[in-house]
Formats: sequence, structure tokens, C-alpha cells
Amino acid sequence: MLNLKAIERKGGYNFAFLDENTKREIRRKTLKAVAIPGYQVPFASPELPIARGWGTGGLQVTMSIIGPDDTLKVIDQGCDGGVNAVNIRKLLVKTTGVGTTFDTAAASIIQTRHRIPEEPMSGRQILVLQVPIPEPLRFVEASMAKTREMHSEMDYSRMWVFLYENIVKWGEITIGARYPSLVNKRYLIDPSPIPRWDVPKLHMAETLYLFGAGREKRIYAVPPHTSVEPLEFEDIRFRVEDFSGKACVRCGSDHTYMNEIYGGPGGGKLYVCSDSSRCDKLRAQRGEAKTHAGK
Amino acid sequence: MGYVAVTGGTAAILRADELVHYYRVRGGSTPLEVRQIRDQQRLAVDKVMGEGSLYAPTIAALALKQAEGDSIEASFILRAYRATQPRRYASLAIDCCRMQVIRRISGAFQDIPGGQILGPTRDYTQRLVDFSLLEERESIVREFLDRARIETAGKALPDSFPKIVSLLRREGLLEDPEEGDRTLRDITRESLGFPYPRSAKLQSLARGETGAMMALAYSSIRGYGDIHPYLGELRVGYVPMYIRHPARPEPVYVGKVLVTEAEIIAQYAEGEKGTVPKLSLGYGLCFGHNELKAISMGILDRAMRSKSACKAPAEDEEFVLYHIDGIEASGFVAHWKLPHYVTFQSTLDRLRRSQALKEESKDAESQGD
Repeated sequence: MLNLKAIERKGGYNFAFLDENTKREIRRKTLKAVAIPGYQVPFASPELPIARGWGTGGLQVTMSIIGPDDTLKVIDQGCDGGVNAVNIRKLLVKTTGVGTTFDTAAASIIQTRHRIPEEPMSGRQILVLQVPIPEPLRFVEASMAKTREMHSEMDYSRMWVFLYENIVKWGEITIGARYPSLVNKRYLIDPSPIPRWDVPKLHMAETLYLFGAGREKRIYAVPPHTSVEPLEFEDIRFRVEDFSGKACVRCGSDHTYMNEIYGGPGGGKLYVCSDSSRCDKLRAQRGEAKTHAGK
Repeated sequence: MGYVAVTGGTAAILRADELVHYYRVRGGSTPLEVRQIRDQQRLAVDKVMGEGSLYAPTIAALALKQAEGDSIEASFILRAYRATQPRRYASLAIDCCRMQVIRRISGAFQDIPGGQILGPTRDYTQRLVDFSLLEERESIVREFLDRARIETAGKALPDSFPKIVSLLRREGLLEDPEEGDRTLRDITRESLGFPYPRSAKLQSLARGETGAMMALAYSSIRGYGDIHPYLGELRVGYVPMYIRHPARPEPVYVGKVLVTEAEIIAQYAEGEKGTVPKLSLGYGLCFGHNELKAISMGILDRAMRSKSACKAPAEDEEFVLYHIDGIEASGFVAHWKLPHYVTFQSTLDRLRRSQALKEESKDAESQGD
């Protein structure tokens, strides 16, 4: 039996905010998601003191799996110091007291929005992704009742037609981030709004990827060593964002996802690493101590 | 350099929090008492309780104070608080015939058994700015209360009123309630697929945002899937709540809550072939005194049961129920304030390639001429 009295409380709330029964439900649903890679598992998703659409799905997953010995990293847009990352980290630290880190390699749980870290992650780490829209078929079908049927029949024809029509109309597929990808050759997923740059990192990875959509009440997963294939045609292949000829102004890296910024001399553009932790590491190696990650 | 501005969030967040506090009190007037809000902003408190889906007038009033009167923000605070509360009992079904009414009207009949009781309503007042309230002082209020000696629910009115709809039903004019799934599902404890069981539909509507529900109900009655509604009965009042307790054989009284109930009589139902046509019913019930919401709920409850092949937005259950929740809608609409520069960068990459391809094909065309 679960001993509710034995559970440590932080600041008047249960450890990791959620009550133990809610956590247990989320863990059960997460296990189901891991067992059926790419399948969207509905869950109850109670409200949190963070607004819907601001990371409540990822938060609930993190809250349900985190323990006192974990080391937590929270990023938004690849950066540890972004306002939303700070706010989410604050809530998790306040209710768990766990240690935090900016170092990708040192974290046991990383909660993220819109990015997968550039440094390879290990089998002892879990990446929790915040998901605004869990349904990859939303591009072609608004109704969740209908997309559920399409998934069960593995009927992705309308998605293929959508991509084909994109190419006919624009010469290019228009989906930037959130690129539809087939998991384990069975379920199509929305990999959350990570750039296409990050999609290959999901394929046959060492790490467990958990996706939480709080407002839409869905959990799904990409377990380690599972195939994740972005949809592509034989003659028009999947391609990631093109940064050829660009390099980060801070660390000099030319093989990393970058943000372009209007801030150069004479109103010109600068490129800077999106992954602040890796950027700082590279700078430290070069002997420049000032951090990009913020405090 | 510019990009530094996006980091260092901790200090900025703390200062922003302090500024919120400052803007709330900087006028220097006497701080609002929560009791004043609870008593004098009655309808705002009721709306927050309904949309926050927790019957807690004092906490709702406190949330309104904290949110500077922003009702969606206050409802969100209440809803998040609610999520931390244990659920120990489910009440027995409430009997609205036993409502201690403060107001009860019918739009469908001139007179009704038990009578029309106008109660506290602004319906037949002129919406003129009441400048006398600028000078309202405690002494004036006390004098009014002494002079008026108004008896509210319980004494001046009978304990129960018959339901208009039961009279219609007795006469065979109104369809009988659908059988179907009558088990109580809890939408806060499980995520359900469509079509929703009826209990889940009504729960979703009861915690919906008044404005969103009003807009959808309005679209229906203006003509997008009109159900031609009549207001069979609208009542506002206190209903007793009971639970079952293992230690007691009888149901245990736990208190009373103020609710608004609307029964919408609508167009004949599309009956099975060979059956007698009958009127159909839409049901609305919400916490507190919120007539617009209860009526909108009644209209939507009925509109969503439409069997039309080509459904208008208000007739589409999934469309209605996914979009009326104020907490979910406000959160997602506001989330565009969050940084999106990683995804925007990805979009720019696609656009530039698309532009380059168009240029290339244009060049190729002109070379071919």
C-alpha cells in the first residue's frame, strides 16, 4: 500500500506538486506509451499553477518521474536562462528540492521546449518534451475523433498528399518544425516543435524520449533503439535546416542549430548557438569564461 | 549584444512579479477586503466559481482580488487550486424541484404553476449610469437595508416549485430523457474520447467560459444550425446537497449551493420513423447566479445532439467542447508570448529555399523564351 504520510512535502505541497495517485496514473500512461512507441495515450491532465500551453504536459511527466536523487536541467529554445525555463525550473525546484544543472551530460532528467540538446545523451538520461499539439495529422484533419481512426488504420495517405501538394505549390515542403515522423514503422508522431535539425536525434537513440501534451491530454514516447523516420519521398528527401557558411559568433561552431539575430554592426545579422550549454562548453575550452546560459 | 536580453530570466521574472504587485496597489486607496468582493461583486465571484469549477466563494473572491478583476485569470487560479484538493465524495444527484428559488421565470408560458418570480434581475431596468453610487456611503446602505427589510429565499416563498417541463412531459409533448450511459464519469480524472458520455458533456459545459459559450449559442440561434429554442424555465436559487457516508444509513446533508438552471425547449426531435413528434430539451446548470451561461449551456446541450449530416459549429460536439474551456483557451492563445525563435528560424529556412526555387524556375522560364 502507498503510504501517503511517508511522502516528503515541500512548501505545503506534495513532493513534485502532484498527489501520488495522479503521479501513478501518469506513470501508468507513460509505461503504456513506451510499450506502444508513438501511440498517443490519453491521460487526465489536471490543471497546474502554470498556464495551459506553457509546458504543463512536460511538467506533469517530469513531476511523475522525478525523485530526490535526480539532477534536473530545464531548457526553452535550447537555453537554460530563458524566462519560461526559469519559471518551470523554479516550480520544480520549489516542490522537489532537487539539484539542477546547465550541463547536458550531468543531468538525469532534461525538460525541454522546442529543442533536443546538441550533445549526445546516454541511456541513463530521459528527455521530456513539452508538446503544444500532439497530433501530426492536425495539418490535414482537425477532429481528434477522426485522426484517432486514421492512426488505428495507419491511414496516412492524406498526410502524404499534403506533402506532395506542398512540393507542387511551393517547390518545397512548408513544414518547418514539428516535422511528421514515423515511429517504429507504425505510428506517425508530431515530434513537438523541434526543428528538423533535431529529428534525426530521435532515431535509434540511447535515450528515452517522453512527450507530454497537457492541454490536449496526451502522452507519447520514443523509447531507446527505436526507428524514427521523417516522411520523405524517394526523389525529394527530408532535409534539415541549412546553416552552410554560418558560424556562431560566440563559440565559432559551424555545425549547430543557430538563431539569427539582427544585431550585427551596421544592422547586419549575427548567428548564435541555440544550445546555450554546449556553446558555453566550447567557449570554456577556448578559455572564455563568460556564460551564455544566464543565471 | 542583443541576444543577451533573452537570458538572465530569473531577475526579470522577480522584478515583473514585484511590478504586478505595485500596479495593483499603487493608487494608494484602502486595500479591498475579500469580503467586500464576495458581497458586492457577487456575479463576478459566481462566474469565477463556475469557470474555475470549484464552489468556494471566499477563495474565488480572493482570486479576483489577486487577479485585479481579470475573471479568466481568477478562474485559472481557482482551477489550479482545485486540482490540489482531494476528491472524497460524489454528491447524490441534486433535486432542483427542492431549490429555494430567488428567481424563477418561464419565457414559454404566460403563467406557470407557482407563478413567475422576477427576483433580483436587471432585465427590466434601464442601463443608465447610476451616478448616485459615486457617493454611496455605509450610512446610506444601512438606511436602505433597514427600510427595505427584504426577506430572501426560504420564508417568503414555498419550499418547492413544480417543473414546467414535467407538465409538458405528462401531456406527451416533450420527449422522454434518453436512456444511454447514465454512469457518472469524471472529466478531471480521465481523458475521454468522442462522442462524450452525457455526464462528461454536461461537466464540460458547466465549467465552460461564459463568453465562449454565449458566442457559440448565439451563432446557433442566429441561424447556424438553429434549434428554435424557448426558455421553458429559468431558476436561480439554493439547492441542498447530500452525500452517502459509510457510517450513516441515511443520506447526509452537507450544505447548499447557489445554482442557475435553464431548461431549453427546442424544435421537435428528429424521431425514429413511425414515432410521434415531440419537443426536445436542452439542459443548463452552473454554479452561482449566471443566467447567460445557463441559457447558453441549455442551447448548446441541445444543439450538440443534432443529427444533421452537415453540422454547424455549435452542433459539433467536439468543436464545442474543445473550445469553450476558458483556462485551456486562454493559456494557448497567450502562449504565443513565449519565445518561438527556434521554430521561426526553421520557417525562415523553408521560406528562403522556396523563394530561391521560385527565382530559379523564373530564370529558367525566361531563358527558355
